[in-house]
Amino acid sequence: MSELKCVGKAVTRKDAIEKVTGSAEFIEDRFLGPLLYAKMKKSTVAHGKIKKLDLSKALKHPGVKTVLTGKDYKNKIGLYLVDRDFMAVDKVRFWGEPVALVVASTEKAAAEAVELIEVDYEELPGVFDPFEALKPEAPLIHEELGSYEVVPIFYPKAGTNVANHFKLRKGDTEKGFAEADIVIEKEYYVPQMQHVPIETHKAAAHWSPDGKLTVWSTAQSPNVVRQLLAKAFEMPMHKIRVISSYIGGGFGCKAGASLEGLVVPVAQKFPGYVVRIVFNREEDMQGTFTRQALYSTLKTGVRKDGRITALEYKMIWDGGAYTEYGVNIVRAAGYSSSGAYDIPNVKTDSYCVYTNNSIGGPVRGFGMCEMQWGIERQIDYIARELNMDPLEVRLINGMKKGSTTASGQVVHDVDYEKCLKTVADQIGWGKKEQPEKGKLRGKGIAGLVKCPAQPSNAASSAIIRINEDGTAHVMIGATEMGQGMLTAISQIASEALNIPIEKIDIKVPDTDFTPYEWQSVGSRITYTCGTSVKRAAEDALGQIYYIAANLLEVPVEDLTFDGKIVYSTKDPEIKATIREVADSCKKCTGEGIAGPIIGKGSFVPKNMTNLDPETGQGNPGMFYCFGATGVEVEVDIETGVIKVLQLATSIDAGKAINPQLCTVQLHGGTIMGLSTALYEDVRFDKGVMLNRNFTDYKIASIDNTPHIESFIIETPETNGPYGARGIGEQPMIGVAPAVANAVCDALGVEFNTFPLTPERVWRALKEKK
Amino acid sequence: MSEKITISFTINGDKETREAAVGQTLLSFIRDELHLTGTKSGCEIGECGACTVLLNGKPVNSCLVLAVELDGKELVTIEALSKNGKLDKLQQTFIDHAAFQCGYCTPGMIISAKALLERKPNPSDEDINEALSGNLCRCGAYQEIRAAIKDAAKK
Ligand code: FES
Ligand code: FES
Repeated sequence: MSELKCVGKAVTRKDAIEKVTGSAEFIEDRFLGPLLYAKMKKSTVAHGKIKKLDLSKALKHPGVKTVLTGKDYKNKIGLYLVDRDFMAVDKVRFWGEPVALVVASTEKAAAEAVELIEVDYEELPGVFDPFEALKPEAPLIHEELGSYEVVPIFYPKAGTNVANHFKLRKGDTEKGFAEADIVIEKEYYVPQMQHVPIETHKAAAHWSPDGKLTVWSTAQSPNVVRQLLAKAFEMPMHKIRVISSYIGGGFGCKAGASLEGLVVPVAQKFPGYVVRIVFNREEDMQGTFTRQALYSTLKTGVRKDGRITALEYKMIWDGGAYTEYGVNIVRAAGYSSSGAYDIPNVKTDSYCVYTNNSIGGPVRGFGMCEMQWGIERQIDYIARELNMDPLEVRLINGMKKGSTTASGQVVHDVDYEKCLKTVADQIGWGKKEQPEKGKLRGKGIAGLVKCPAQPSNAASSAIIRINEDGTAHVMIGATEMGQGMLTAISQIASEALNIPIEKIDIKVPDTDFTPYEWQSVGSRITYTCGTSVKRAAEDALGQIYYIAANLLEVPVEDLTFDGKIVYSTKDPEIKATIREVADSCKKCTGEGIAGPIIGKGSFVPKNMTNLDPETGQGNPGMFYCFGATGVEVEVDIETGVIKVLQLATSIDAGKAINPQLCTVQLHGGTIMGLSTALYEDVRFDKGVMLNRNFTDYKIASIDNTPHIESFIIETPETNGPYGARGIGEQPMIGVAPAVANAVCDALGVEFNTFPLTPERVWRALKEKK
Repeated sequence: MSEKITISFTINGDKETREAAVGQTLLSFIRDELHLTGTKSGCEIGECGACTVLLNGKPVNSCLVLAVELDGKELVTIEALSKNGKLDKLQQTFIDHAAFQCGYCTPGMIISAKALLERKPNPSDEDINEALSGNLCRCGAYQEIRAAIKDAAKK
């Protein structure tokens, strides 16, 4: 490959100036015009029948325009399993589920009227833990599960609380366990967490008299919002326009569709108004997706030489009250269930179980943090049992080029070994440092892997328009939520077009004007959208050459373009500027050559397949991204407080399109991982979420964030644009197990759950004594 | 409608007289009445720092202050930091170090950092940690934010 001009450079973010000057528009900044304000009345019980819903007082309250209930929405909504009501109809399934929506001319009037709605419930017995929900006598949360529409790669069980059962059978585990010298079986638990982007969920809707619906949304995918709204409201797609703006953090909670549909019937009722709904912090934490809790049992057979011969993984997920999206997390964790390791015999059963807790759904890592917590803890158990170095056990079993995943997919572009060794070297693996008095020190390592969890037909497209002066507009459907997509995609366009990045304009999507992108999730955009843009650029470049060839009367093969001028390689004096090519498009005789240059590119993965329903075997991964985390901790024996002394993280990006932004992402994911490792745990009491604000739900702040050493490894992804693969979610995955492994190294105490709060550590130390 | 009170104040260097509703927060006044949307809302209960502005030179969470308290005071929001297309040195170093991702916390961060540098032109890591501990960044740009502030201090 010739030398790259723009890809691989620390180009300044496209959105930089807007974001430091306060001029960056987030969606709420665009709710203009005659406004109406919507506010939800929320359920006060976790499971119950709505006996009475009296709206009369609310309707009479000054300023109130209307009050809607679940019955005003004809259909349910859902990405994979259509199980979700916009608002409760006849029964509520979780605490805080909306039962009515007040719309008023001010936010205050709406909030006041919400208090005037009278609701009586007949409480039903609730199920708050998936094991209870699995019992035959458990109350059913979705009585009509069998009638719900579902994408046929998920397997809900009618008449039970099982929303999906994913099965995987690789090799022969019986044989594998027979070959083992030791068998280790452990139970693990990962609690719910919340994304808490600083910008909450927000949406607005407008209905114009000609029947066009415009929606403004914080959603990570305007295209999926449009698709789901079109279905739920039985509208053609061209009559729905979904507008995206800069998103103030997503992390998965803004994937799929959430609150947008709530205000659609209101907009329809009041054409011309912009009907807005803005979740406050509490609503955001309690009413949007929560990371599903995972209860798991992991059994591994290992030979004395450290080779893992068999793995049996049982995962029970607390899917919450609705699992329209969560069913796929359960599937993804299932097909990836050997983590970063090549294990010949695997048997996995992954269950998505309804409970009366908050709605489960996607969070950065999409099941991998939860599932690989068990794997990476288990490897340390194995090492201890065999008296081996945990790094060694990882290296022996770690995936290499040609290894197979749990689903039997062969991985190609891998250097997991380098990821592990890099962080190990950084933290001085194998060297024990002297702790201070009253403290203990330890080191821990964990590996990670993730492929984007997406349907095999999740597509992408791009359009590049070349202006008359040779500058360009890149049009794509991906959203910018901080990951730096606009910049990375522009760099790819600049590289492929040979046009300087300053001459490229790129904007966030608007479904009326920008081409299709499935979703900005799963760390897939650099790869999918990047590929589409590269193809669009190549298409545009082809047109530039075609026009130049006709203009200059030189064969296309003899032409080259340096970003400003197209010239003949045989005679550089035969040339045309990009302006001449893009603008005139005609010969000196006046005859036209071609119209304006519009490059198009589209993409759908060709290397993915369906999975066998019985064995889960097949190719679910568009690409696999590996990495590792290394941690050194110091634990205060008196207080149980963990201090992170060293934190190292490595990721195999294939090719960092923008090394600076890649590093920032790496840091961000690592900090989020550390935050979950030490602090985050959503608490429920019979379905009532107890910690619904930043005081009770603590996340990492600047004063408790240690310095991170990060390493970008570049093992090119054969089919990725310029060898790149996505890395946004991955850095989070290894942090919690690495911290726990380090704490265990320090204290000799095992933790099968996190966060490792001082109290938990202190109690464990006390028990040990 | 709620009762209104006339208030006079300075906003980003300009003198203004406006009506503010009793009970309206300064955050809402800034965004909805002054139409300065650079100041962000993340919790409205003083926990996230996204709404930080300078009131008489001191950083405050504008969601915890009433608009009527602005009377007779001087208010500075993120919009005032760049002048005639020239960025404040903090804005420039935030860009240089890529000290943000989504950018939602950034106006509040920069305002808090600005107040810190006024108070302590050469802050240590501890000073920065202390001054910005009330500004949450879920994207986790903390390491870059520390570097950006130290860099700005040198300029
Ligand atoms: S919005 Fe004011 S502190 Fe969060
Ligand atoms: S940059 Fe996203 S919250 Fe700080």
